[in-house]
Amino acid sequence: MSRLRTFAAAASSVPITLFGLVLVTFLIGRVMPIDPIIAIVGDHAQNDVVEAARLQLGLDRPLAVQFWLYVKLLMQGDLGRSVMTSNPVTRDIAQYFPATIELATVAILIAVAIGIPLGVLAAVRRGSWVDHGVRVFCLAGHSIPIFLLALIGLLVFYATLGWTPGTGRSDVGLEGMVPDVTGFLTIDALLARDWESLRDACAHLVLPAGVLAYFSMAYIARMTRAFMLDALSGEFVITARAKGLSAARVIWRHAFPNIAVRLVTVLALTYAGLLEGAVVTETVFGWPGLGQYLTISLLNADMNAVLGATLVIGLSYLLLNLLADAAYRLLDPRVR
Amino acid sequence: MRRIGYWTRGYGERDAASVTRTTWQAWLLTDAPASRGQAAWGRRYRLWRDFSRNPLAMAGLILIVLLVLAVAFAPLLALQDPAAQNLPQRLAKPSAAHWLGTDELGRDVFSRVLFGGRVTLGMVVAIVLLVAPFGLAVGCVAGYAGGMADRVLMRVTDVFLAFPRLILALAFVAAIRPGIPSTILAIALTAWPPYARLARAETLTIRGADFIAAVRLTGASATRIVLRHIVPLCIGSLIVRVTLDMSSIILTAAALGFLGMGAQPPSPEWGAMIATARRFILEQWWVPLVPGLAIFVASLGFNLLGDGLRDVLDPKQR
Repeated sequence: MSRLRTFAAAASSVPITLFGLVLVTFLIGRVMPIDPIIAIVGDHAQNDVVEAARLQLGLDRPLAVQFWLYVKLLMQGDLGRSVMTSNPVTRDIAQYFPATIELATVAILIAVAIGIPLGVLAAVRRGSWVDHGVRVFCLAGHSIPIFLLALIGLLVFYATLGWTPGTGRSDVGLEGMVPDVTGFLTIDALLARDWESLRDACAHLVLPAGVLAYFSMAYIARMTRAFMLDALSGEFVITARAKGLSAARVIWRHAFPNIAVRLVTVLALTYAGLLEGAVVTETVFGWPGLGQYLTISLLNADMNAVLGATLVIGLSYLLLNLLADAAYRLLDPRVR
Repeated sequence: MRRIGYWTRGYGERDAASVTRTTWQAWLLTDAPASRGQAAWGRRYRLWRDFSRNPLAMAGLILIVLLVLAVAFAPLLALQDPAAQNLPQRLAKPSAAHWLGTDELGRDVFSRVLFGGRVTLGMVVAIVLLVAPFGLAVGCVAGYAGGMADRVLMRVTDVFLAFPRLILALAFVAAIRPGIPSTILAIALTAWPPYARLARAETLTIRGADFIAAVRLTGASATRIVLRHIVPLCIGSLIVRVTLDMSSIILTAAALGFLGMGAQPPSPEWGAMIATARRFILEQWWVPLVPGLAIFVASLGFNLLGDGLRDVLDPKQR
């Protein structure tokens, strides 16, 4: 009961943060020097057309009223219309977001599959060359710009070795072959039992997801090592060793479950960070996700689209943070 | 006899040397320092001994010192004017005349990377100077005042923490105008919340300490307590945080430049250089890779240094 209450207390701060999030995006949209009207009616519009558009958008009203109207439309799921695609921004986001989620999910799977064992290994062999190697590997992951890694990846695996296909989400010949059900190309192909498309989708995923995964992998490995060192110094581990259990059993059955909850928290935070990395990765790989949508809208000064995408990413970030908090509070009996 | 004389002289000299060394070491490492200055320098010397024992941290320090020197003496080290174009020599391979080759306008890549370091380090320093004092002030005030002020300040901090750094910076730069000043402002806007959080946490632990109560009893004002007694104790963890944050700031600035939203192309900013040169990645790979490596080295240097500093200054977090 008390656990639920502390969680409710944490969740109650969310509406305020959410309000701040919306306010900040709204204000950013209003400080821009590019007149939003000229972006819509064009440079050579007559004065009365400009005035009509201004009235239609409600830009003649006080800022507070404009904000209220913005929030009201937002509640109805209306983020305005994108000048570039001339679709409602909400529909654009619904179309582009699944590709980003697919990329980020595969990336975090790769990061977990490599990062956690590396972190455990470094903790178990603390101070050895393995530990130092993992440390350098992690620091490099925190230091390399993701677009450099992406370019090197393309140069080596696509251009030189030819192991992976180039940019994009699927081969041109296979584009649009799979009926769009979930928006996740791999799942759609699986549902349609189109094995060729599935293989192609996976092949296109490997390199961008791998590049995106490196940063998170470094973070996960580092946190795993720290948590594991903490757990391994516990008395229950000494007891387990004294009972004569094998090293593997002590590590995976006794120490690891104790750090699992904290790792779940780290994973949720890492996933949120992946959304950020996706912006750069998608730009390099021509991946049709929310990140690419954001950068293209930025270059076209398509402010509705920029703010919509920013708000959606901010919202996902907030939700994931809340999830991390919830997981920690609900799963770990020591937090009361 | 001669031999004995040789030995005695040898011993004497060595003794004198070791005595002089041990005296200043002893002065620094004494358990009973005679003055505040002696105690402070002794502490610094101990920290330095811990720090210099860590090879990775020393590697980071050396990298950063070299970087700062290279950037400071860029006009002397550069082979030519970073903006000088030479179209017949475009996209040349690395050679004696152009150590790292030339770019698509025949400009010397080595010279451009050197001057690009000035842009990057300049931005980083400007951002840190904006962000660290601001975050420190917000955090210390929130932590020491408590109550309503604390709640309001921390709520604002949470709002800014709720955005991924790069995304908020992108939206902000798009709203003003791409360029170096707006890059600095945008990153500063997104970088201060962690400092505020850190300073608040430190302040909360210090606030209840006995020595603060003692200072308060002597009649010190809240301002004096915060400025003279709380802020100095937050500096240690703040330095660690700043050093580790440097690499993240470098990467964000480079990503903004790469996406066309940071420093604009004629400027030799590293991210913007990669953005203009990325189409040559398959044929003239050194043109985009060299500035990329520069970003990597700078960022790695700060990470190694920060990691080492954390081990020394903040042993709890190891």
